[in-house]
Amino acid sequence: MHRYRFVLLRPLQFLPVLFGISVITFVLVRLIPGDPARILLGARATPTAIANIRAQYGLDEPIWMQYLYFLRNLADGEMGRSTLYKIDVLRLIATRIEPTLALVGAGVVLALLIALPFSAVSARRRGGAADHAVRLVSTAGIGFPSFWLGAMLILLFSVHLGWLPVSGYGETLAGKLTHLALPGLTIALSLSAVLTRSLRAGMIAGLQSDVATAARARGMPEGVVFWRHVVPNALVPVVNLLAVNIGWLIGGTVVVESVFAVPGLGNLMVRGIFSRDYMVVQGVALTFAVATVLINFLADIVTVALDPRVEL
Amino acid sequence: MTAPARILPRPGAWLAGRPMLLAGLAILAGFAVLALFAPWIAPHDPVLQDGSLRLVPPSPAHPFGTDNFGRDVLSRVIWGARIDLQIAVIGVVFPFLIGTAAGTMAGFFGGWVDALLMRLIDVVLAFPFLVLMLSIITILGPGLGSFYIAMALVGWVSYARLIRAQILVLKTQDFAVAATSLGFSRARIMFRHLLPNALAGSLVFVMSDAVLVLLNGAAISYLGLGVQPPVAEWGVMVAEAQGFITQAWWITLFPGLAIVVLAFGFSLTGDALADLMGARE
Amino acid sequence: METGMQAGPGAPLLSVRGLTLAASRGGEDLPLVEGLSFDLAWGETLAIAGESGSGKSITSLAVIGLLPPAVRAVAGRVLLGGRDLLALPEAAMRRIRGGRIAMIFQEPMTSLNPVMSVGAQLVEAICAHEPLSRREARQRAAAALHAVRIAQPERRMRQFPHELSGGMRQRVMIAMALALRPDVLICDEPTTALDVTVQREVLDLLRELQRETGTALVLITHDMGVVAEMATRVIVMRAGQMVEEGPVERIFAAPRADYTRELLAAVPRMGRGEGAPAPVAKAAPVARLADLRVRFDIRGGLLQRVTHRVHAVEHVDFDILPAETFALVGESGCGKSTIARALVGLVPFQGHVEVAGKALRGLSARGRRALCRDVQMVFQDPMAALDPRMRVGDLVAEPLVIHGIGTDRERRARVAELFARVGLPQEVADRYPHEFSGGQRQRICIARALAPRPKLIICDESVSALDVSVQARILALLEALKREFGIAYLFISHDMAVVENIADRVAVMYLGQIVELGTRAQVFGDPRHPYTRRLIEAVPVPDPAHAAPPRLRLSGEVPSPIHALGQGPARAVLRDTGGGHLVADTEMTAVRTTA
Repeated sequence: MHRYRFVLLRPLQFLPVLFGISVITFVLVRLIPGDPARILLGARATPTAIANIRAQYGLDEPIWMQYLYFLRNLADGEMGRSTLYKIDVLRLIATRIEPTLALVGAGVVLALLIALPFSAVSARRRGGAADHAVRLVSTAGIGFPSFWLGAMLILLFSVHLGWLPVSGYGETLAGKLTHLALPGLTIALSLSAVLTRSLRAGMIAGLQSDVATAARARGMPEGVVFWRHVVPNALVPVVNLLAVNIGWLIGGTVVVESVFAVPGLGNLMVRGIFSRDYMVVQGVALTFAVATVLINFLADIVTVALDPRVEL
Repeated sequence: MTAPARILPRPGAWLAGRPMLLAGLAILAGFAVLALFAPWIAPHDPVLQDGSLRLVPPSPAHPFGTDNFGRDVLSRVIWGARIDLQIAVIGVVFPFLIGTAAGTMAGFFGGWVDALLMRLIDVVLAFPFLVLMLSIITILGPGLGSFYIAMALVGWVSYARLIRAQILVLKTQDFAVAATSLGFSRARIMFRHLLPNALAGSLVFVMSDAVLVLLNGAAISYLGLGVQPPVAEWGVMVAEAQGFITQAWWITLFPGLAIVVLAFGFSLTGDALADLMGARE
Repeated sequence: METGMQAGPGAPLLSVRGLTLAASRGGEDLPLVEGLSFDLAWGETLAIAGESGSGKSITSLAVIGLLPPAVRAVAGRVLLGGRDLLALPEAAMRRIRGGRIAMIFQEPMTSLNPVMSVGAQLVEAICAHEPLSRREARQRAAAALHAVRIAQPERRMRQFPHELSGGMRQRVMIAMALALRPDVLICDEPTTALDVTVQREVLDLLRELQRETGTALVLITHDMGVVAEMATRVIVMRAGQMVEEGPVERIFAAPRADYTRELLAAVPRMGRGEGAPAPVAKAAPVARLADLRVRFDIRGGLLQRVTHRVHAVEHVDFDILPAETFALVGESGCGKSTIARALVGLVPFQGHVEVAGKALRGLSARGRRALCRDVQMVFQDPMAALDPRMRVGDLVAEPLVIHGIGTDRERRARVAELFARVGLPQEVADRYPHEFSGGQRQRICIARALAPRPKLIICDESVSALDVSVQARILALLEALKREFGIAYLFISHDMAVVENIADRVAVMYLGQIVELGTRAQVFGDPRHPYTRRLIEAVPVPDPAHAAPPRLRLSGEVPSPIHALGQGPARAVLRDTGGGHLVADTEMTAVRTTA
């Protein structure tokens, strides 16, 4: 149990990173040329609104004071107001976070479900036709742009076959699942290419390892050797790989949400950029960064659970 | 104790009997040729619009068909190679230089230099790559120049982390310890012994990073924040084609395919290089 | 069947006939083993001895049917109870593996699944062969651990492999193998990766278990001492062929083949410290260590404060005289390598270190660089010690370049001269390290160390990774260089027999402290400290007639050099028992003994 002690201590080590995130987010918006008040409120702001925001964000004060105002506002849950949607950014994010989380979750689960069997076949029949096919497809697969893959999937499943909806999110759980199927698949396919390559390498190394040889020497059938002694060890670095790639994954949702018009955070950010809704951009960027930190933390916990050697 | 697997064999011996390396380099060379000689290879003008030729399916005159403005898709794909190849190369070179320098210092000197760098890396990496890029481009305004600046500001981090990790491992290997005990200066150890061995491993990473940069550049252009129309770039072309996907699948297919093939070229080369270095152990 | 062998009552248990193995590489077949034939009788111990590349390991893999994919049996039969194992289908072979033929390997750490508990792996192995319930299997597993003398088996079963020491892991491997009561146990270098005292325990354990269970043992080893101690019959292999076979007594007393004779001659034997007396201290010492302490901080907790320290080296004093070979001997973790690193300035230390009259502390960078001309180091793994991307000629010349010695032409001449001196042909200067054999690479390292004409060369386990015959030649080279150039050596090793043959004076280390120090004659002829005696007795003697004294068996764990902040190990005070023979007065109470 003491190996999980870090769960209590680690959040305190987040603090410098969170601090850095807040600084960068703050700086990014302040770097936009122009009057900050008008930037934050949009071009059609009333004088009273401008005066209010000047007070709330301390826009007349020196820059370091503005940062403190920014932090204070954050602590109050005040992330500003969207000029496009006319509601608080925090509420906006809250409504939009579900599709993105669902998308990322579905993508990861699907990717593992695809990658495991293919890498297993590839590793166990190394050098065979199946292995070459898997290697070829996965190597090519990492080069598939998600926006293009999404478009191709739409073409196939929505237009030609008419099985699945083209875009949107849906209301009921079933509706959401059908709407998430294609975008989730898009993410999963790209991710599974990366996972397959890594898993395959780990499995091949495992099959040749001393652990496997010793297990065979005890008379274990090849299937047991593979699934009980090779795969668990091969999965450990994959968890790390997923965590490292989480930023890439979240970036992928930005694109995929745009392709499929899923009303998630990524879509929100893109719209915010185009409509110069800087409060929204700032808020979403901050949310994504905090989410990444949390997910990495989760990955560490999973790694400790999987590998008894690890002490964090 | 194993020796570091960082040996690049002498040139010339590289290509013999290595189909993967050959294929990868051939693809890259092919695209380089397309990019360099686009004005002479492309059958039509990439930006010339012809209302009478809108949405023509692939045919002998237009092997990739035409788009909704009547422009020849094949020519646009060929001209697009100029932009996208440039994206892949420039988007890698600057982060590589900055990151390698930073990572080497951090790994070798340790102490507060290292601690500071690691904190910085942690913070930058906390932001999803694309999100940070988009944020920076928001400030700078859309365009390819902004993309390059954003890449330089953000992309160096992975190189720094990679080189630093390799240097940390190499530092403990006996040949580095031997060099220290033989009285070599720190600069000498760093540049003549550690870095060449660490760089060999980075070369593989450069290839996979080129894929990522290419995909990100195309994605940002797809979103409308990178290259602007009417310039022919593969990501932009897919974006423009989206509205017509039901009528004209070819406008979406071919630019994307170009990305896939170019990325495949980088991946093959990277894999082959990795095999090359692993095989030497 | 060859003459002079007793195969035991009835037919042999295992019969290998004309075994020929080949590896396919690049379309060609490289022979690994050719025409090997031997028998294994029930309950006997057969040793397959040879150096690296002799084919002994691959033979055992062929017997158990675990040849790597690139290797195949071209000809021959392996008969177990009349059935040819090589022709058996995989399903039948699986029943035999573990059930009738079991195998343990050299590296227990990498043979145990790191993510499964010890108990789970034991139970899995048992259940794969016998239809027992989980509970019965657990009981059998606990009994197996008990049989290999592991205390608290229930607790051990819940632990993971990385929580056990090397010796304990090897015991677990043995327990796993013997739990299924096989007829044959193949041991592939089972103790090579272990400390010498741990090796002693494991060998004793194997012998006792064999007596208790009647399992036949096939022992694969390069260590002739182990062969002499454990085997009843011996097969000597070289380059894939059997050179000689016979009862162990005859092989050692009257070897027939030339190779066997050479092999036995190259094995360092421990005497009682006879040989040339130590040089009298006429000149100032080449190196002096006074109250040397090296401690490493361990940080933990939220603020990463120092909570514990590793007391790697504690209060060490000794001098190294010019042109003498001073040996530091001890098991892993005793601090001997750390002392070497302190001497070259690679680790921070407390206390006083002086080399060639100059104190190490407070030296400027230039002073430190100048010091490197006087002290050089040769490492254990020559492959890792040479930059793989540089040509060996440049590697050997590099110290000359650094210290600005000579012109380009002079340096090339010196490099050629050095190569000649270490017995390598001159033409090799343009090659890369990976093109040489292990022994040759070590010669290159020695040449590099000689380049700046040092007064002291530190050999940190420099011959431990080499085959016995190669080792003998390198040791001879070191001796010759010492006589010619008057170099002093600090020879660090865990191998008592090697040390006894080469050292003038010896210091025995345990947990960072010196427990005994004296001339070779004093330490090996009259060992006073209990730990020294244990070390000496633990070494397998390459003489089958040697009567083994009763061994003290250690239970429990090896004590750790890690202490909480503010605490430290009990200090061993050395007393002079006459003629400079220093012995620590404490019993090193961390050592628990049970008769």
